[in-house]
Amino acid sequence: MSDRTVDRVAKATPVRVARKIRGLSDRAIAWIFISPTIFLLLAINIFPLIWTIQLSFTNFKANRIGREVKDVGFRNYERILTDSDTWLNMQATAHFLFWTIFFQVLIGFTLAWLLNKKFKGNDLWTTIIVLPMMLSPAVVGNFWKFLYQPQIGLFNYIVSWFSGKDPSSFEMLGSVQLAPWAIVIVDTWMWTPFVMLICLAGLRSIPDYIYEAAEVDRASKLRQFFTITIPMVLPFLMLAVLFRGIENFKMFDLVVQLTGGGPGSTTELTSINLKREAFEKWRTGYASAYAIILFVTVFGLASIYVKALNKVKQR
Amino acid sequence: MSSFSVTEPSKRSKWVAGTLVITYALITMIPLVWILLTGFKSPADAISYPPKVVFDPTLEGYVNLFTTRTRQTQEFLDANPPQNWADDIVRQYDMVIVGPSKFGERFMNSVIIGFGSTFLSIFLGTLAAYAFSRFKVPLKDDLLFFILSTRMMPPVAVAIPIFLMFRNLGLSDTHLGMILLYTGVNISLAVWLLKGFIDEIPREYEEAALIDGYTRFQAFYKVVLPQAATGIASTAIFCLIFAWNEYAFAVLLTSATAQTAPPFIPTIIGVGGLDWPAVAAGATIFLIPVMVFTILMRKHLLRGITFGAVRK
Repeated sequence: MSDRTVDRVAKATPVRVARKIRGLSDRAIAWIFISPTIFLLLAINIFPLIWTIQLSFTNFKANRIGREVKDVGFRNYERILTDSDTWLNMQATAHFLFWTIFFQVLIGFTLAWLLNKKFKGNDLWTTIIVLPMMLSPAVVGNFWKFLYQPQIGLFNYIVSWFSGKDPSSFEMLGSVQLAPWAIVIVDTWMWTPFVMLICLAGLRSIPDYIYEAAEVDRASKLRQFFTITIPMVLPFLMLAVLFRGIENFKMFDLVVQLTGGGPGSTTELTSINLKREAFEKWRTGYASAYAIILFVTVFGLASIYVKALNKVKQR
Repeated sequence: MSSFSVTEPSKRSKWVAGTLVITYALITMIPLVWILLTGFKSPADAISYPPKVVFDPTLEGYVNLFTTRTRQTQEFLDANPPQNWADDIVRQYDMVIVGPSKFGERFMNSVIIGFGSTFLSIFLGTLAAYAFSRFKVPLKDDLLFFILSTRMMPPVAVAIPIFLMFRNLGLSDTHLGMILLYTGVNISLAVWLLKGFIDEIPREYEEAALIDGYTRFQAFYKVVLPQAATGIASTAIFCLIFAWNEYAFAVLLTSATAQTAPPFIPTIIGVGGLDWPAVAAGATIFLIPVMVFTILMRKHLLRGITFGAVRK
């Protein structure tokens, strides 16, 4: 083969000329292909982040452009961390995070486990169950407000039909006790399918022969469930929790539509409080510091969690 | 009949599982069915107690969604007979239609911004994903993680500097601004998903093409792109759904010209409070495209929602 004319000519051609003929080098192509993306991410994500850090040390107010901007050092951070309202918002967020994840994992896993029994039509029902997750949280959340109306709302009507309570005797969104649960219910309704889909993928990844071997060893079904099913699905489940955790820590659209943070500040999650500081009170500097604190919190918690996840995966 | 298997669930457990899952599915559909029904109710039926499942359907909600109306005196109404069926509907409240509402405009904004940002994300994302998949890129893993980590910022937090930046650049409340912003958010999803899809295309195809005298560009364009078509299509649908549903940036950064439908629909006001049938009608029109896409996408759904981390 090597004595073909073409190959001989190719070998004799200097690399620089060959490159011109063949087009750009792989390395150049790689950079041409990647750089627009990196540039866009820098412009839309990193530059704003750096600007936020810079603003967080000032008393800048975005609605007063002419005003002198003073450097206030760590004052914003101090004020946020010593403000008791901050901790109330954090508590509201923690309550929301804990219970949404708890219910979504419980119901989502159960549904996945049932779907994995491969009854007739399970694909069709999976698709139907998944629908709420794909819809616009703001539009759907707004409509849930209608379902939660004390007298006329369908939710109150159904609850009263089962419990015998008067449908106008309780306000899901207006009561301090019930509002934090009202947002948990809607979020669970919306995002349980997410956990379900990931668990289902986990369950389907378990090869049959493991169960067959357990069956040969006469392990009971219950024991198989706890020693095979649960450990093998765990990495998937943890991944689902990671995604839900990050998403719900950032939660804004659904809750702002449902309660707007009220009544009082019982459902004022951190993002809602941030919006209030930044776009209603226009305390841009303060809000920037708040944003940085949130970002560091999510990033920190997520990194610790990913470490734990990798340990579980390695087992 | 298939042969006996210890892992095959018994008939009875299949039946029980099926019943439970179907019950859950039916319950979870109630709010969505209620949106659909409310859209066809009259305002009185929508807020009746007990809630009505059977009612006289009317297009009032849809008419109110698409039009603006004013109340008129009896003489005016007598002098100007109704022109069409929509006029007939609003006449029962002594009103006349004076023009279109803003819904059509807002809906078109959603379409323009959704498709614009999807096209841009896919265009840039495919190039970057191909490079990450096929070439040695220094700090590849760090760059990929950096791309992913941009998703951890709460949108409200990013909105503060974006708001200032857009104000300085004259991009506030413009389609271009929103398209760039949504592309910036979507591109991480696009790169991660597309990299997964391109990784699955055997390198041998391109190598064969290169040996046949194609340049890298030609190999990418003529060999890889057609192979990745399904992956690109499903990634595009995910980007589109995200941009379509997005609310936080839209409500904080747009107010008029470039406002999309999600911040608009909850503000549809009727006589004496929210016009629920019109809100439901708007929601129905807005949600149905996503439902159709979800059903079309069901095979790739899992991959899309997990950034390609779980592939089935």
